[in-house]
Amino acid sequence: MSDFKVTRRGLLKSTAAAGVALATPTIFSSKSFAAGYLNEPKGKTVTFGFNVPQTGAYADEGADELRAYQLAVEHINGEGDGGMLNTFSSKALKGNGVNGKKVVFVTGDTQTKSDAARASAKRMIEKDGAIMITGGSSSGVAIAVQGLCQEAGVIFMAGLTHSNDTTGKDKRANGFRHFFNTEMTGAALAPVLKNSFGTDRTAYHLTADYTWGWSQEGSIKKYTEKLGWKTASAVRTPLGAGDFSQYITPVLNSGADVLVLNHYGRDMVNSLTQAVQFGLRDKQVNGKDFAIVVPLYSRLMAQGAGENVKGIFGSTNWHWSLQDEGSKAFVKSFGKKYGFPPSQAAHTTYCQAILYADACQRAGTFMPSGVGAALEGFKFDGLGNGPTEYRAEDHQCFKDVLVVKGKENPTSKFDVLEVVEVTPRAQVEYPASMLGGELGPYNNG
Amino acid sequence: MDAILLQVLNGLDKGGAYALIALGLTIIFGTLGVVNFAHGALFMLGAFCAVTVKALLGITKVTLDPTQTTPWGAPMEIRQPYVEVWFGDFGTTLLDYSVPVSILVAIPIMLLIGIVMERGLIRFFYKRPHAEQILVTFGLAIVIQEIVKSNFGANPIPQPAPDMFNGMIDFGVALGFDAGNVVYPAWRLIYFLFSVGVIAAVFAFLQFTTFGMVVRAGMADRETVGLLGIDIDRRFTIVFGIAAVVAGLAGTMYTPILSPDYHMGMDFLVLSFVVVVVGGMGSLGGAVAAGFLLGVLQSFASMNEVKAILPGIDQIIIYLIAVVVLLVRPRGLMGRRGVMEQ
Repeated sequence: MSDFKVTRRGLLKSTAAAGVALATPTIFSSKSFAAGYLNEPKGKTVTFGFNVPQTGAYADEGADELRAYQLAVEHINGEGDGGMLNTFSSKALKGNGVNGKKVVFVTGDTQTKSDAARASAKRMIEKDGAIMITGGSSSGVAIAVQGLCQEAGVIFMAGLTHSNDTTGKDKRANGFRHFFNTEMTGAALAPVLKNSFGTDRTAYHLTADYTWGWSQEGSIKKYTEKLGWKTASAVRTPLGAGDFSQYITPVLNSGADVLVLNHYGRDMVNSLTQAVQFGLRDKQVNGKDFAIVVPLYSRLMAQGAGENVKGIFGSTNWHWSLQDEGSKAFVKSFGKKYGFPPSQAAHTTYCQAILYADACQRAGTFMPSGVGAALEGFKFDGLGNGPTEYRAEDHQCFKDVLVVKGKENPTSKFDVLEVVEVTPRAQVEYPASMLGGELGPYNNG
Repeated sequence: MDAILLQVLNGLDKGGAYALIALGLTIIFGTLGVVNFAHGALFMLGAFCAVTVKALLGITKVTLDPTQTTPWGAPMEIRQPYVEVWFGDFGTTLLDYSVPVSILVAIPIMLLIGIVMERGLIRFFYKRPHAEQILVTFGLAIVIQEIVKSNFGANPIPQPAPDMFNGMIDFGVALGFDAGNVVYPAWRLIYFLFSVGVIAAVFAFLQFTTFGMVVRAGMADRETVGLLGIDIDRRFTIVFGIAAVVAGLAGTMYTPILSPDYHMGMDFLVLSFVVVVVGGMGSLGGAVAAGFLLGVLQSFASMNEVKAILPGIDQIIIYLIAVVVLLVRPRGLMGRRGVMEQ
């Protein structure tokens, strides 16, 4: 019989070892880790993870994202009319899945909360074996999930995220963004504002008090002040304030003749509606017509503001009324399936799913470093935004940016915005180093 | 001076909403002893009465125009509301006034919802601890929210005020300011007057009717009233219904100010609870006074001049006041001695 003595030192060591083992994320100890890369597909299917807001304030956008993803999966697997695969410049995808495997998908609910979004992404990676994660409707969520995907070792194809930080100071090698950002909005919007309102203007900013709001305010200030505009004040408003009257009334007698609403979603709907109620759209200040600007428009949100969007300038990533072949194919395909036109959120997520699948096909692997290499510097066309490039240095797509205006005479509830200018890509480009951050190395899991 | 006047006006219409919700909350607490966390949901349901009425009035006759097609190849739909087809200009006016018209619909619907809520769920929790009441009513609020979201979506739905009240009223001229310096949206003033009217009606009902007298007696001593042979439970059920109507009307009339969405009730609920606590749990006058007071203070705290001295004060002012009141005078500004003081 052997002696088995429990010493205090031994117990402490064992406890510490057990603690470290238990604290290690299951991602790093899952059976999928034994493969060449995390969640390497071995069967006849490959699983995509669609992480979208299914509940919460952005649930309608999330639903539209999910519709677009389902359409993209159909097209990748050779079902339906093929949508933008017919117009996409890359012909790698043949309508038989990706690398010989049919695409299936799992979904998660981000709830537009960083914690919930990370938890649902983690669940899809660990439990469902998702090879990639895509989606989302908020910059806070995108940055959080991008970080998780980098740690886990899967590719993250961001959904609707507009803050500079996503591909700026918080960029990661495993993360890629198709959507534009606040820097591009500022660069695209400023010349249109100059043409419409001149160079002698004083702006008053109301800004949602979180990462995207600060980023948007900074970009608009930077570009409008270059025009010669002055900034009267920049006031931070709490997210979800509901009633903005106490922030709007000081604008009335501030001497400002432009109100910039750096708000999105419900905040945008409420602040714009209330600004119009306070007569700002029809006001005269300093002998000029008062102007309201909403830098980031979403058609889904604009519907919520009803008639109040009429004549108000903003920018958007894409709009269903575009007449290029890619947009027409997408609108036709989406409209046939769902009975209404797609939103910009649907467009960007559809593109991200197609771009990821195409990159895997061209790379001949799902390994993140291989897929990333196929996406870096990839130039393409036919996906609705004209010639586009996934810049290698920051994994940001560069393409034309749309400046839009609330339509005066809409023909339907979907027809609320009109494109007033397509700002060429060259005008919105900036050096990758300008926004800081480091991509770092790829993580294959 | 003009800026101060504008913030007072802001505070009054916001305070009107707080006061109406808090009034219902405190009536329910005072009569039934129930902490009703579903009260915000009743405010939201009132708002969705307006949405529903507008949607019903706006039901359109759809004709297909084969000469035009959608981008996905379907024939274009031409829509015209039936009320306009049937009643012409009167139909157009009815659509324009859909929010005030909704009041007529909201009153019976909210009364019914309140009674069903009380009989179906709340009455089983009268004698349970407040923590359990909060859990069950909060759960109910979430269920109501999700039902509304599944039917109406998550995005805000615009409800414009009638055209006649879409403009601004220039107060400044009457008070000696330059024209255009103190202007305020007409609908917000109407909302303030409406809230004052509803509050007055509730007070008059409780003060000058036999029903109200019994309810007040029940609030003071439920057992004794019961021993006198009065069916106080039935009256309290109706009181719950009335509280639901008050919250619902507050929501219905607020829709042109804040486009309704499924979550709007939660935004008001927490603030309204603070209002009740500051005013004094169970005190009707306290709820009204605190509603307007906190509305005005919140507006003042948002002034740039105030925030320059105390950054972020606009986001915490209400809670700060609640903390001070709870420390200094736990029963609230006008609360009964002994309530919240044990």
